[in-house]
Amino acid sequence: MRSDFWRRFLENRMAVAGSVVVLALFVVSLFAPWLAPYDPSAIDLEKVLMPPSGDHWLGTDPLGRDVLSRMIWGARISLKVGFVATGIAILIGAVLGAVAGYYGGWTDAVIMRFVDIMLCFPAFFLILAVIAILEPSIWNIMLIIGVTGWMGITRLVRADFISLKERDFVLAARVIGASDLRIIFVHILPNAMASVLVTATLGVAGAILTESALSFLGIGVQPPTPSWGNILTAGKDNIDIAWWLSLYPGLAILVTVLGYNLLGEGLRDALDPRLR
Amino acid sequence: MLSYLGKRLLFMAPMLIGITIICFAVMHLAPGSPTDLQTQMNPRASAEAKERLRALYDLDKPLPQQYWLWVKKLAVLDLGRSFSPDRRPVSDKILERLPITVTLNVLSLLLIVAIAIPIGVLAAVHQDAWFDRATSVFVFIGFAMPTFWLALLLMILFGIHLGWLPISGIRSLNAEYMRPAAAFWDLVRHLILPVLLSAFGGLAGLSRYMRANMLEVIRQDYIMTARAKGLSERTVIYRHALRNALLPVITILGLSIPGLIGGSVIFETIFAIPGMGQLFYMSVMARDYPVVMGILFIGAVLTLLGNLIADVSYALADPRIRVS
Repeated sequence: MRSDFWRRFLENRMAVAGSVVVLALFVVSLFAPWLAPYDPSAIDLEKVLMPPSGDHWLGTDPLGRDVLSRMIWGARISLKVGFVATGIAILIGAVLGAVAGYYGGWTDAVIMRFVDIMLCFPAFFLILAVIAILEPSIWNIMLIIGVTGWMGITRLVRADFISLKERDFVLAARVIGASDLRIIFVHILPNAMASVLVTATLGVAGAILTESALSFLGIGVQPPTPSWGNILTAGKDNIDIAWWLSLYPGLAILVTVLGYNLLGEGLRDALDPRLR
Repeated sequence: MLSYLGKRLLFMAPMLIGITIICFAVMHLAPGSPTDLQTQMNPRASAEAKERLRALYDLDKPLPQQYWLWVKKLAVLDLGRSFSPDRRPVSDKILERLPITVTLNVLSLLLIVAIAIPIGVLAAVHQDAWFDRATSVFVFIGFAMPTFWLALLLMILFGIHLGWLPISGIRSLNAEYMRPAAAFWDLVRHLILPVLLSAFGGLAGLSRYMRANMLEVIRQDYIMTARAKGLSERTVIYRHALRNALLPVITILGLSIPGLIGGSVIFETIFAIPGMGQLFYMSVMARDYPVVMGILFIGAVLTLLGNLIADVSYALADPRIRVS
């Protein structure tokens, strides 16, 4: 079963390409202090808005900071936001989905109506409204993206629980006197992890996209902390003179999100070939 | 049909109540009271004045009562007054901007349908041929594309480099002095980039969905029957298969509405379009809570309405839905 998974996964060239991108990003984030050629926040007013050159491969920003170095440190930020936000969403989604699917009845009805209502709000609106009230900071951004993005996971986990709770191993666990909590978290949830893993991978991509859009609008990660989105803000402000500020950070976002999406779809195909 | 419509409307009521509860809860997430922001800038505001302000916004009453008072006002579309210096009613501020946002979104929706459906159908009919492969590459890139970045690139290319299209606002400064035809053309030129970009986000999803749908329909028995009767491939695909594959698209379009409305914040801000999205962004920046909450509520109600329209049109198109 396990070797089957790896064979199917490695046969899928797109999935492998996605994993390479994701791994490369991990390496870049981990070794950012050593990889970045310059201090990402070193201001050099003599080198303002320099186009890409041998010294500054991707040019400099309006404060003379090295764009490549800022992008390398920005990779760290997007990774952090992607994982923490998705982690929060999974935590909420898995618990609510498990409870709804396991208990059914009124509990289920209430939780699922709550999901329906949350889905009525344009996600971006809800995020912005909460930002208006809390300060935009990297921690608040992670929290907000997580708290507004758990509904899909809830539906998925609930569906898995509904089919899994009728199975014999759950009955067996109940017969030996396992508590509801134990059955939910020790016996059923691990069996529902496959679909959660896939959704989580795609969720990281979504969270990175959202963070970059928020930072671009100036209500996400705040300068001087570098993020791909807030470098693009400088790109928009200097749109007629500094194309490099607009081009490269966006390309980084595109490739990263593409990487996570390919990885996620590859995982889905390898975990459950019937879904192809 | 009427009973179906009634049932759907009845189902909407609890949703609407839920929406108001969430809006109200978000509003009260604020540490301290929303009026602090108005008074903290003013050192001369006395404790008494702060109390008066709290009383004005009903903040001195217990939460359930506050909620009830707020909902009662909401029912007559009284969303309170803006915190901004103009102090205009929130509903006026939103209503004057709503038409632009709705127009942009409807245009984008039409564009999505006009492009994504032919792409999906062609990809399905020529499964695994070059067009299908190109489509799947496009779909993957479309899903991963930060559209605000694409907007920047297109602004650089068409606005600055080539100088073909304006990149800001919805009309030129001298539009008032243009003849009607010229003014209309001016408007169209301003709308090309925003509509194109706002549609881009939905294209990938719908073409992929349409392809999958079409592939599923083509495998059905009645398609084989149509082929066995000796109908031409054209008739089979475009008459028998397409009609049935198109039905569920109605629902998908309904589901894509919140994404479109949410995206309007980004595009209206980038292109300086005076719509509801831009107002929302400016109000978030200025912490104008009444406007933020008003738009949050209107956004959710628009989504609810969009879904209702989608469900009802589906029921009109497919009698099976009405019965079950």
